[in-house]
Amino acid sequence: MMRPVLQVEGLTRRFGALIANDDVTLDLRPREVHAVIGPNGAGKSTLIAQICGGLKSDAGSIRLLGQDITHETTKNRARLGLGRTFQISSLASEDTVLQNAMLGALGAKSRPWQFFLPVLGDKNLRDHAENALRRVDLIDFADKRTGELSHGQRRQLEVAVALTLEPKVFILDEPMAGLSAEGTQLLTDLLRDLRNQAPILLVEHDMDVVFKLADRITVLDYGRVIATGSVEDIRKNPIVQRAYLGENL
Amino acid sequence: MLFLMAAGLTLIFGVMGLINLAHGSLYMVGAFAAAAAAAATGSFLVAVAAAIAAAAMAGVIVELAVIRRLYVRDHLEQVLATFALILIFSEGTRWIFGSFPLFLDIPSYLSGPVSLPGGIQYPLYRLVLILVGLLVAVGLWLFISRTRIGIQIRAGENDREMIAALGVDIGSLYTFVFALGAALAGLAGALVGAIQSVQIGMGEPILILAFVVIVIGGIGSIRGALIGSLLVGLTDTLGGIFLPELFKLLVAPDVATSTGSALASMSIYVLMAGVLIWRPTGLFGARA
Amino acid sequence: MISEKALNAILMSLLFCVPLWAWVSDEPFTITLATRAVIFALAAVGLNVALGLGGLVSLGHAVFFGIGGYAMGILAFHAQTYSPLMEWPFTISGTKLMPVIWLMAILFSGAAAFIIGLLSLRTTGVYFIMITLAFGQMFFFFAISWPAYGGEDGLSIYIRNSFPGMNTLDPIQFFGICFAILSLVLWLNVRLVKSPFGLALNAARQSSERVEAVGLDPFRLRLIALVISGMICGLAGALFADLNRFVSPTMFSWQMSGELIVFIVLGGLGRTFGPVAGATLFVVLEHALGGIGEYFLFFLGLLLLVVVLFARGGLYGIITGRADR
Repeated sequence: MMRPVLQVEGLTRRFGALIANDDVTLDLRPREVHAVIGPNGAGKSTLIAQICGGLKSDAGSIRLLGQDITHETTKNRARLGLGRTFQISSLASEDTVLQNAMLGALGAKSRPWQFFLPVLGDKNLRDHAENALRRVDLIDFADKRTGELSHGQRRQLEVAVALTLEPKVFILDEPMAGLSAEGTQLLTDLLRDLRNQAPILLVEHDMDVVFKLADRITVLDYGRVIATGSVEDIRKNPIVQRAYLGENL
Repeated sequence: MLFLMAAGLTLIFGVMGLINLAHGSLYMVGAFAAAAAAAATGSFLVAVAAAIAAAAMAGVIVELAVIRRLYVRDHLEQVLATFALILIFSEGTRWIFGSFPLFLDIPSYLSGPVSLPGGIQYPLYRLVLILVGLLVAVGLWLFISRTRIGIQIRAGENDREMIAALGVDIGSLYTFVFALGAALAGLAGALVGAIQSVQIGMGEPILILAFVVIVIGGIGSIRGALIGSLLVGLTDTLGGIFLPELFKLLVAPDVATSTGSALASMSIYVLMAGVLIWRPTGLFGARA
Repeated sequence: MISEKALNAILMSLLFCVPLWAWVSDEPFTITLATRAVIFALAAVGLNVALGLGGLVSLGHAVFFGIGGYAMGILAFHAQTYSPLMEWPFTISGTKLMPVIWLMAILFSGAAAFIIGLLSLRTTGVYFIMITLAFGQMFFFFAISWPAYGGEDGLSIYIRNSFPGMNTLDPIQFFGICFAILSLVLWLNVRLVKSPFGLALNAARQSSERVEAVGLDPFRLRLIALVISGMICGLAGALFADLNRFVSPTMFSWQMSGELIVFIVLGGLGRTFGPVAGATLFVVLEHALGGIGEYFLFFLGLLLLVVVLFARGGLYGIITGRADR
């Protein structure tokens, strides 16, 4: 078996008496799409925040390519190779599409300490950003203000910014939320392509997408992993059906 | 006394999420109203009542005309708009009353010293001030924790939409809270006006002190306001006495006195900065 | 509607030509007014780096303005009394040379901004506003109660400091110096906005978590922004002190900080030239309304209220017809 890229072990987070995540263990192998599903409040968002650094963990460890990042800052985790998208879009809405992508490129090269030369004149950075936009089919909108994009386009841009980071792992927080059928199809194709670049940890509500894309699925309920396995395993798993799918299917 | 200001301010701050720089102006309005009423009737109690009424009324007018539009705006715009209100109030008052300070006398039945147990002489009026402060503290606490409006206020603090959805008229609730805060400021203005002169710009120094108090105490916390005002009062007084002495141990006396007193006047701000650095949301502040 | 660029050009040429015309028709007072506007504009441009670009609502920028002023005051005071500034570990005497004074003003206000930023940027939102206010008050009271340099009364400098090759006492020449500095700083500011740093800072204002997620440190970005901002304000403070040949603790007052914010918002938030327009408008109004009566501040308050409530783009928003940036 290939060595996992991302290993999450025994991750726990409490909010006062409430246990949001209890001993969550999962891993992400090269070239795979690993989906995390679960009903609302199952702890998915908490898990993402813990992995990416927004929330501290009470117990457990996170390893990226074998390196322990449990206590790294958000910034350093990004530098070490976590490329994430946000569920609630957090792009700089006053800036243009290109500028948002350039920000990712700046981060990737970690060189924002330049005060004089125009950033858009930096050929290197600009190519980098434009390539990412091309990948997500947004290059024609490069000069549009991000606030004026459609919801679906903003989702694509989220992915593009993550792409500019050339991450070792993509962590996508409900990328399909609020998308039309057409938009979902577009993004699904994009993600299928993306996995060749780096494995994807996909938190998603849309079961069709999950079943289409995922190699493995982990089901969270009340902050605990109740099942992990292939798509088929999960479909058949009675515990999962009771806890989660029963309500939806 | 500082507590009265701070309590009103923290109420507005915490409940409505509004930075009200004009709070000092309401304090000033209270003081002027008291001075005018005292001059007209000669009664101190009437003056205090007039101060509360005038400040509360000014509060209502300001809330309806300006503040109401600011809740959804960001802090920068709140700061600016209320800064503008300061200018308007100060100059407006100057227009009406002229720029000479007015005086408000302590009524005879409240003047003179009293003997405290242990033989300490203490001015009666200041004792009354402390009592009024404590009364307001207890009253506010009862009001917030026990009455129906108090419960609504606390609910609105946590979730504005929720309480609106529950059918509470959030608009008039806020107007009421703002008026209450303003009334407290007016009361403070009238009471302090009797010790100091009543003049333009009297509101700003105390406003800033009140901000220091609530920031130290944690925004929105009445308990924080009480403890914050005690801390600030103590720091100010003790710093003024001990810092010059402390410096005399280190350097030549004349330098010590000047540096020491310079540092003493900064001490409460040092205190505030220290608290914020240690606990970025104040001593009793829960929310960022 | 006029484009923003055209408006910038009109504004700057007005600011340049009016004093020139006043010089020709021998009205030194108008030149002094224009110089005042230019210096306020410079300070507001400085604040705008933190406020407009970085989103840092600082109610304590008078600190840097004041430090600049006192840098000038203290150096010139020692020069005019022929007393050394310090004798240990080496003797430093005062100076009346503007470039040296400017350098000192920039260095000290930058250092102050660094320390204040290091401490206060840990907080956000309301608490940041309040902690900057607290620092402002600290400096204010320190200046008031420190008798060595005038305390509450301030410090008078009898002769304006000198700049090699120029007669700074001639109003138009002093104006020229200030205008040149403003132009230079504006030009640098335009470059800054477009630079990688500007992009990152701008993004940090809009979405701090995003900036972190791409591996940049918003805290450091903001700290540097605050230092740059403080330096510019410090320089403006030194010039302002030279204009009045007087420094006093009021340069540290929180009303001063408030006025700096007012300049920016009157002109139009988030535009490089907005503070220039705001400061100019302020000085013009101050002069024009000051003539009507002593209630200038009353009208300024009303105007400000109207702008905040109804015309959020400020002067630039009204003229260019775009409320946002």
